[in-house]
Amino acid sequence: MTDTTEKHEDWSRPPATEVGIIGWLRKNLFSNWFNSILSLLAIYLIITTVPGMVEWALINSVWGDKSPEICREAKGACWAFIYEKHRFIFFGVYPYEQHWRPLVAMIIFLTLIFGSCVKPLWKLGWWIAVAWAVGLVMVGILMWGGVFGLKYVDQNQWGGLPLTLFLATFGTVFAFPLGILLALGRRSRMPAIRSLSVAYIELIRGVPLISILFMASVMFPLFLPAGISIDTLLRAQVGIILFGAAYGAEIIRAGLQAIPRGQYEAADAMGLSYWQSMRKIILPQALRITIPPMVNGFIGGFKDTSLVVIIGLFDLLMTSRVAFQDINWRPFFVEGYLFCAAIYFCFCFFMSRYSQWLEKDLAKGQNH
Amino acid sequence: MANAQEAAAPNLGPAVELRHLHKWYGEFHVLKDINLTVRHGERVVVCGPSGSGKSTMIRCINRLEEHQRGHLFVDGLELTNDLKQIEAIRKEVGMVFQHFNLFPHMTVLENLILGPTWVRKVPRGEAIETAMMYLERVKIPEQAQKYPGQLSGGQQQRVAIARSLCMKPKIMLFDEPTSALDPEMIKEVLDVMVELAEEGMTMVCVTHEMGFARTVGDTMVFMDEGEIVEMEAPEEFFSNPKNERTKLFLSQILSH
Ligand SMILES: Nc1ncnc2c1ncn2[C@@H]1O[C@H](COP(=O)(O)OP(=O)(O)OP(=O)(O)O)[C@@H](O)[C@H]1O
Ligand SMILES: [Mg+2]
Repeated sequence: MTDTTEKHEDWSRPPATEVGIIGWLRKNLFSNWFNSILSLLAIYLIITTVPGMVEWALINSVWGDKSPEICREAKGACWAFIYEKHRFIFFGVYPYEQHWRPLVAMIIFLTLIFGSCVKPLWKLGWWIAVAWAVGLVMVGILMWGGVFGLKYVDQNQWGGLPLTLFLATFGTVFAFPLGILLALGRRSRMPAIRSLSVAYIELIRGVPLISILFMASVMFPLFLPAGISIDTLLRAQVGIILFGAAYGAEIIRAGLQAIPRGQYEAADAMGLSYWQSMRKIILPQALRITIPPMVNGFIGGFKDTSLVVIIGLFDLLMTSRVAFQDINWRPFFVEGYLFCAAIYFCFCFFMSRYSQWLEKDLAKGQNH
Repeated sequence: MANAQEAAAPNLGPAVELRHLHKWYGEFHVLKDINLTVRHGERVVVCGPSGSGKSTMIRCINRLEEHQRGHLFVDGLELTNDLKQIEAIRKEVGMVFQHFNLFPHMTVLENLILGPTWVRKVPRGEAIETAMMYLERVKIPEQAQKYPGQLSGGQQQRVAIARSLCMKPKIMLFDEPTSALDPEMIKEVLDVMVELAEEGMTMVCVTHEMGFARTVGDTMVFMDEGEIVEMEAPEEFFSNPKNERTKLFLSQILSH
């Protein structure tokens, strides 16, 4: 009898053990004895650590406009420190009463960045470029001032998040095309171009970013004729771009190598010129393949901008550290680092998710 | 293909001419003293064992491979290292590959209008019209908006033929266009090629489809070890091959 009932089971649904919470648990956490042990271990770790963290960060913590003394007595996190210092962390030594300027500049800048990521807006084409041009001029006016009754602020006084964002964004935006050219150069049939590209890539990749920044700041001025000086910020920016380009070039080269020879041949046979075939055939495919490692590089580069402290620039990480140099708030460096990390995380997480979406979107329709 | 013929009419010389052509890969002599003349409107079918240099020879005609000795003329222009000359010749020579080589990131229609708009500078609207006309001719207009990866092999190869035709070439080169296809798809591609031949297109075709060769071929070329061993009209070639190597090859290929 059991046989027949089994035969008449409802086959339009999966067996009960595979659906619902029980099914999910079974499939994902307890599918075999090894998984089960790992799951139990993970549950144990969560139970022992998470409640303590929540207590520290949320329940026993001190929020808002409180004095360091209150923080010292409390058992939890001292978010009052962040409250007290957030403007310094965000904007560094930019004149205090002028903080609205970097704030507005940053909002414009972020709007441009996020706006450019929104697919429906890509239809605007060149208008995006116009928006960037106008936006950047506004950012420049706000940050430097000196016109429209805005007080002039030297870029030595820029710092914090805007500085980090500028360095990272311009670093990416300029390193990327330079990296493409270097990658193409390295695969060029012309020996001069090829060896120059190889030499550049190997040289730059062979040294740490810190030393490039250091050289840019200390050695570079020695070679310049007296009287001409390039600003520290610009030097750091150039160093970051040159460094990023060398790394980007190798990532893009990997993409180029993954394109079958037939694609090059079909483009050639059609009579497309070298640049036409790169632009229309090879690069679109190669760059799509390289999105994951490329974004990996962008994220790394974003965080690497914090190395500019060694040539005296106050990026976000540095302003956070300086904030707890204040004798009153010294014990609360953990909160400072956490806050800084959270900001970094937001941007990096966005980049990561965006790249995943982009990859999927570009793969639409091409099922292979 | 009336257009191509009219355009070609003033040039009374051959469409393609290979004179004492040699090519080496390193020490390996792939092409040995190749002499071949293709008249306008002529259909040349090239066959021969694997590795005999068939692909290398026809890839020399549009400079996908470079020859090292001898002369090669396409429609009266000599192929040299001059980039402009190479691009000018590639405009006039279409090529269909064994593995289609469609651009996978573009729709079928985009594949078809790319060459005309970028190389021939045809306005986009006109290019689309032409492209749709050729898609009709290869009988897959309904696939225009699909990506190559969504099509069968036979359909992809027909798109590839249409893509070449959109450039309005004077000469078409085919390198084993059906040998990567499943048997049931071979016919649909050959039908398109036969039609093209009947319209008077100048064709150089590497293939082992002997039925096709008999139907449309004007000249059969048999290659072995980098040499042209025999060159004949098809009737003569199949019924009365002169060279021992040709006989052996034909017996192998016709036995199945
Ligand atoms: N890039 C290359 N470098 C070195 N040798 C090559 C190269 N390309 C082809 N060859 C050699 O040249 C010879 C001729 O090759 P080709 O592709 O022209 O032969 P084929 O007649 O088209 O053969 P098949 O029927 O297999 O396509 C072969 O022996 C091949 O190994
Ligand atoms: Mg071949």
